[in-house]
Amino acid sequence: MSTQAVTIKQCGGCATDCHTAQLTKLGIKVRNWDFAVALAGNPNTGKSTIFNALTGLRQHVGNWAGKTVSRAEGAFNFEDKKFKLVDLPGTYSLLSTSVDEEIARDFILFGKPDVTVVVADATRLERSLHLVLQILEITNHVVVALNLMDEAERDEMTIDVRELTRELGVPVVPMSARRGTGVSELLKAIGKVAAGQFPLQARQIRYEDKKLESAIETLTAQLGETFADLPNARWVALRLLEGDESVINAVRTKTLGTLKIENSFSQLALSEAR
Amino acid sequence: MTLDMLAVGQTATIKNLNNQSTERRRLLDLGILPGTPIENVMSSPLGDPVAYRVRNSVVALRREQARLIEIEE
Amino acid sequence: MKVENIIEQAAVLRGAIGDDLHDRLTTAIYKDAGQIADRAVARQGKSASQSFDQKLDRVLTSRLWGFPLMLLMLTIVLWLTIAGANVPSAMLSDLLQGTVYNTLHSLANSLNSPWWLSGFLIDGVYLATAWVISVMLPPMAIFFPLFTLLEDLGYLPRVAFNLDRLFKRAGAHGKQSLTMMMGYGCNAAGVVSTRIIDSPRERLIAIITNNFSICNGRFPTMILIGTIFIGATAPPVLASFIAATSVAAVAVLGIVFTLLVSAFLSKTWLKGEASSFSLELPPYRPPQIWQTLYRSIIERTLIVLKRAVWMAAPAGAIIWLIGNIFVGEMSIAAHVIGFLNPFGLLIGLNGVILLAYIVAIPANEIVVPTILMLTLNAAKSGLAQNGVMIELDDLQVREVLTGVGGWTLLTGINLMLFSLLHNPCSTTIWTIWQETKSFKWTTVATVLPVVLGIVVCLLTASVARLFNII
Repeated sequence: MSTQAVTIKQCGGCATDCHTAQLTKLGIKVRNWDFAVALAGNPNTGKSTIFNALTGLRQHVGNWAGKTVSRAEGAFNFEDKKFKLVDLPGTYSLLSTSVDEEIARDFILFGKPDVTVVVADATRLERSLHLVLQILEITNHVVVALNLMDEAERDEMTIDVRELTRELGVPVVPMSARRGTGVSELLKAIGKVAAGQFPLQARQIRYEDKKLESAIETLTAQLGETFADLPNARWVALRLLEGDESVINAVRTKTLGTLKIENSFSQLALSEAR
Repeated sequence: MTLDMLAVGQTATIKNLNNQSTERRRLLDLGILPGTPIENVMSSPLGDPVAYRVRNSVVALRREQARLIEIEE
Repeated sequence: MKVENIIEQAAVLRGAIGDDLHDRLTTAIYKDAGQIADRAVARQGKSASQSFDQKLDRVLTSRLWGFPLMLLMLTIVLWLTIAGANVPSAMLSDLLQGTVYNTLHSLANSLNSPWWLSGFLIDGVYLATAWVISVMLPPMAIFFPLFTLLEDLGYLPRVAFNLDRLFKRAGAHGKQSLTMMMGYGCNAAGVVSTRIIDSPRERLIAIITNNFSICNGRFPTMILIGTIFIGATAPPVLASFIAATSVAAVAVLGIVFTLLVSAFLSKTWLKGEASSFSLELPPYRPPQIWQTLYRSIIERTLIVLKRAVWMAAPAGAIIWLIGNIFVGEMSIAAHVIGFLNPFGLLIGLNGVILLAYIVAIPANEIVVPTILMLTLNAAKSGLAQNGVMIELDDLQVREVLTGVGGWTLLTGINLMLFSLLHNPCSTTIWTIWQETKSFKWTTVATVLPVVLGIVVCLLTASVARLFNII
């Protein structure tokens, strides 16, 4: 396994913001990592570009909605810590029952990555936020990578990143992975969240429907009694209300939140280089 | 009026979705919900499917799917 | 148990809330998302770039221009591949089959190596590999990056958009047009890409028909035969254009077969419900041309080189062996060719071609070098030593095939057809097995194309003989 210190260049011909943080790209099978990072997002948001930028894996980046993203893993070093990166399938939502969405959701829920990076499309913020908000219900260790900022610029859109960060309660990093901008800021944000340094107050969705809200609150309270430190009790309550089999099972067998990442990796059999 | 009747270049607001099961979920995930504006961008050379703009992204839907989506101008 | 109570209570509450929980949740989340987006995003209506995108789309999917433009795009890609590959191919040929080959033989002689060893290693293993590299590498290194650029650009979903109605009629999933396109790069990759189709039934249809997409490994065969047989019938200035058109025509025929066989399967062996469909049309994105080209060329080069070694080398060994091991008066190859010849001629091909296709099951790239080697071997031609060809340019190849091998225009055409309609390569067969885990369907996917190929070739041969043309 070769270890090379490489400075990343995303040369699309730009001279200005070419350099990002020093990254050491490691081989795929790295044991003993310090932090695990999941990479989620809608399809077609440049997620693969970001994955490549962080891990240096040779993956083809296609502008092709619905392309199969067979889960890839990689690793990188940042400021003397080793990070394991798992690329989740691109999904529009975690509520539906397609295989891709189950995989993504199960990994975030059971795998409990230290950081979940959600790649958002700056030109289609509403749709991206739909996923971000759902993920925020499961975990608050989130960094939003606001990608495709160059396209937003081209479309004459201006985005108030401060406002977004305020609304969401988690770090929002504007970037253009294709141009190579924002990658070092992303790394810093990941590092901070992993180390618990960012004060996270993830936004919680309140449902206007009174019946629904009270049902959620009832179940959440009961869950709180049985499972002492369950950070996403509200989300679990919702899934129980929906009748979600795998969550019901997890509650029944009391395995909620106890499955560590090792098991997730072996269960959801990852295939190597495709 | 249903979505398949919307002319090219016209915009309407979605009133109701009559699609069922997985198709319905997929539409909802894409943000095709009651109250959302939807625009007919262009149709395929063979007439079907038709590309619609919704929440700033363009999605192609087949005629039989569009027929189940109620809209109002 | 406390947890059971919780679960029960959830079920009760669920009943009270109603069926449309999922709807309400999605609506609520989108409402929230919309509010946040409203506060954070400011835009001035439709931008110039969006208008441009829309105008371009209107043209690319218009009733008048949509299909012609697609065909034009395909032809241009093929033409660039053919024209662009000529010089590098010639150069590589000079180097590998000229200089290096001679050096290797001199080396072998100076080491006093026995004829069979140097024959086996240099004339068999090395030469087949050298051929694959010099003839196959340049076109593949051009075609795949071009395809990748189109993909990066965002054009491919538009093709899917244009073709969808045909696929719907054929009972196939909308995304099959995408997997079909992927198959033009490599059928094994195309089969894997069918994972984007959730329904197993529709996925199987996509897998079985993927072989009708002419993969990179078959294009050089097509291009070579198209150039020397069909392009040669045209005035030189138009030659490569005509050749490209003929290859494009076969590619289109491949699409026709994809649709026909999909229709057949969806109405017979793989009947069932059509699943839901949605296709996103992303904005056109200027591809990072140099980066993509660089990455793609390097990747392709490495893949081809690797396949050359793994697949061509053993095949070269086998070809040499069957050409040089004698049973009685004739070599094994001659025996097999003689055995297969009657059937081959019946279907407008010949024994050499059939044997070559058997040897080339590991990889389509080696069909042409195998044919040449076997032809020369069988004829003990002066152009070769012990069944070996050295450097042949297009014209010489034509002479070998027509003069020595007795090929006619019909043979050329049928070879192109058979190249379209034959079994998948062994890598693809293995991939199909991996993806379906079904012996039955893997067999269908392997055998169906060959049967079709034989039938179609028989038809064209019969028609040609009937009307006494070619």
